[in-house]
Amino acid sequence: MPLIDATGFKQNGFARMTEGCSLPAGDVILPLEKLSTWREEVFSRGDRVGVHLPNTARVDEVWPLLDDVALVSIDFPSFADGRGFSLARGLRQRGFFGVLRAFGPLIADQMRHALGCGFDEVETPEAVIVRQPISQWRAALETITLRYQRGAGNGLSILDRRRAAREMGHRRFHSGLALARE
Amino acid sequence: MYRYDEFDSRFVRERVREFRAQVERRLDGSLTEDEFKPLRLQNGLYLQLHAYMLRIAIPYGTLSSRQLRQLALIADRYDRGYGHFTTRQNLQFNWPKLKDVPDILDLLADVEMHAIQTSGNCIRNVTADHFAGVAADEVEDPRPTAELIRQWSSLHPEFSFLPRKFKIAVTGAEHDRAAIKAHDIGLRILRRPGTGEIGYEVIVGGGLGRTPMIGKVVREFLPRADLLSFLEAIMRVYNLEGRRDNKFKARVKILVHEIGAEEFRRRVEQEFAALDGPSVNADPEEVKRIAAYFAPPPYEELPERSVKLSIAKAAHRDFARFVETNVFAHRVPGYAAVTISLKPIGGVPGDATSEQMRIIAELAERYSFGEIRVTYMQNLVLPHVRNDELFALWEALDAAELATANASLVTDIISCPGLDYCSLATARSIPIAQSLSRRFADGARQREIGPLGIKISGCINACGHHHIGNIGILGLEKNGAEYYQLTLGGDATENAALGERLGPGLAAEEVPDAVEKIVNVYLQERSVGEEFIATYRRLGIAPFRQAFEKGVEGDQHAAH
Repeated sequence: MPLIDATGFKQNGFARMTEGCSLPAGDVILPLEKLSTWREEVFSRGDRVGVHLPNTARVDEVWPLLDDVALVSIDFPSFADGRGFSLARGLRQRGFFGVLRAFGPLIADQMRHALGCGFDEVETPEAVIVRQPISQWRAALETITLRYQRGAGNGLSILDRRRAAREMGHRRFHSGLALARE
Repeated sequence: MYRYDEFDSRFVRERVREFRAQVERRLDGSLTEDEFKPLRLQNGLYLQLHAYMLRIAIPYGTLSSRQLRQLALIADRYDRGYGHFTTRQNLQFNWPKLKDVPDILDLLADVEMHAIQTSGNCIRNVTADHFAGVAADEVEDPRPTAELIRQWSSLHPEFSFLPRKFKIAVTGAEHDRAAIKAHDIGLRILRRPGTGEIGYEVIVGGGLGRTPMIGKVVREFLPRADLLSFLEAIMRVYNLEGRRDNKFKARVKILVHEIGAEEFRRRVEQEFAALDGPSVNADPEEVKRIAAYFAPPPYEELPERSVKLSIAKAAHRDFARFVETNVFAHRVPGYAAVTISLKPIGGVPGDATSEQMRIIAELAERYSFGEIRVTYMQNLVLPHVRNDELFALWEALDAAELATANASLVTDIISCPGLDYCSLATARSIPIAQSLSRRFADGARQREIGPLGIKISGCINACGHHHIGNIGILGLEKNGAEYYQLTLGGDATENAALGERLGPGLAAEEVPDAVEKIVNVYLQERSVGEEFIATYRRLGIAPFRQAFEKGVEGDQHAAH
């Protein structure tokens, strides 16, 4: 399935280990239940390990398993099921610094939700991209450039920008006073 | 009133641009109907029985004259010359065309309004006490809190695809006029006993619909500074744990009910403890910035009593009655808040024509610092009128047929649009409201009965709040025939209670008789000065049921 990040299409460096298949070569995304079985073998051959989580996973339970895991892929069974957004934010909050990938039929309009919750990239079915070419994913991000929520995603929120403006105002005011004193 | 800064303005314009593109992408096939649906719903656009319906947010029910005039203009240009005020302080237009909606949204943005999150499985438009800043029993004006929540919840990346809709209401007063215990989250501003510090009581899991529940307290005192991070904790628990297997069990009230209030509370506190509060919460300076917009208007220093008012009341009986029912005491001496009833006898509850909107906008400018409130009772309020000018205002309202003196009386009926408009409805509700209104039309009789809230919903989703009506009426359908179920004893206030079912369902034409019988029992049994709900609490449902059943049997005999 195509992989998209904030800038456009992206090369998918990881292969997924699917039901009933043997361990693929290179960097691998393992299903959660196979993680303990295969992680050492993948590490031993010098490849990176990713893990795919159902959106019912609990941060507390999976956190101890994420040592040295380079990528966490979170399942979106449908674009309208928003559990994955909270799971992603929970992992980021807990201190996960690796790659976060949303996996499932997300639509272009949800790129900002994904990025805002700490995802780096979205892997969505070809069928979605056929209807919503990459230009629409980019346009969606360029259309909504502001957000109110602090602590969600990159860049400054409106509340942070207001704070910055206030502090700038204070500085101007105080440097004005200093000038006046001189 | 709050005014947009450059960020708020840009934000709303960006959302309009996004929605415009979403409509175009739906039309060119980029978005499937399934994909488009939540996107349009999150912008207040429903597909109803006959047409699209656009629900416009009136955050915490506060409007300016300029905004009301713009709504009138939209009603004329894009609808059929009227709008419908709802129980969540919103305004609905029933006949817009899809292609016009982006232009309507631009017109709204021109006056700092929008339709963001008035629908869909997200955090809905925040409501508050319509007497905010007016009521004497207020600890603090709830609107700055509601505005902060409006901003924080707008296009929240984490909470836009929740299991189900999510409604928040705020009150700052002792008397609850915002029905906070019937919301997913209800916030009550209070002072911490002992220290006097201002904070919130947090109530979660109230709601009406097919499984009505009264909310449970999950935090007795939340410091003001922690508001947003605590809300995020509640929302995260709900987003992750709320049921998604059954639409009818997906509201947070079901989660709270199924795992128990104690367990829910534990999970929220655990999430809250894990959250990095300072990275989420608003600065105290930001809270102050918002609060400054809600500073009181420049009141004049006036005497408590108005001679002019006394003289006018003595000379004009109708005016005296209007003052008795529709005028609410103001915290500032010499001022009053005036309810403009949108419930004329035999009318459609909550409807206002564009002409009426313009007249009210004009009167608000002349008499109420250009401010109007929308109540969850589907009425409007001019919040700051000088006692000296009440008579002049009444004359102007009367000339425009807007002086119905029935606030909180038996004809001040809440009703959802029902089967006349709504695709979810199972029965009509407006005609029931109209027939009851005509039955109790006599003003003297209404005043004799006193405060009595009738609330009508046209289906179990309960948009007409029937569960918390003193008399609740629920319209249902069986084998193609509409019938109505009555409940008694519901209460929307701080004594929140759900009504109890009275007996078997009734045909539409039997409803007025049945309600009249209930009212007659009350009139017979009440003690001096006792309101309907108090009599009901004292006597229980039995005497009412007896009269009701007698009526139903009698009717059946007559039919044989």
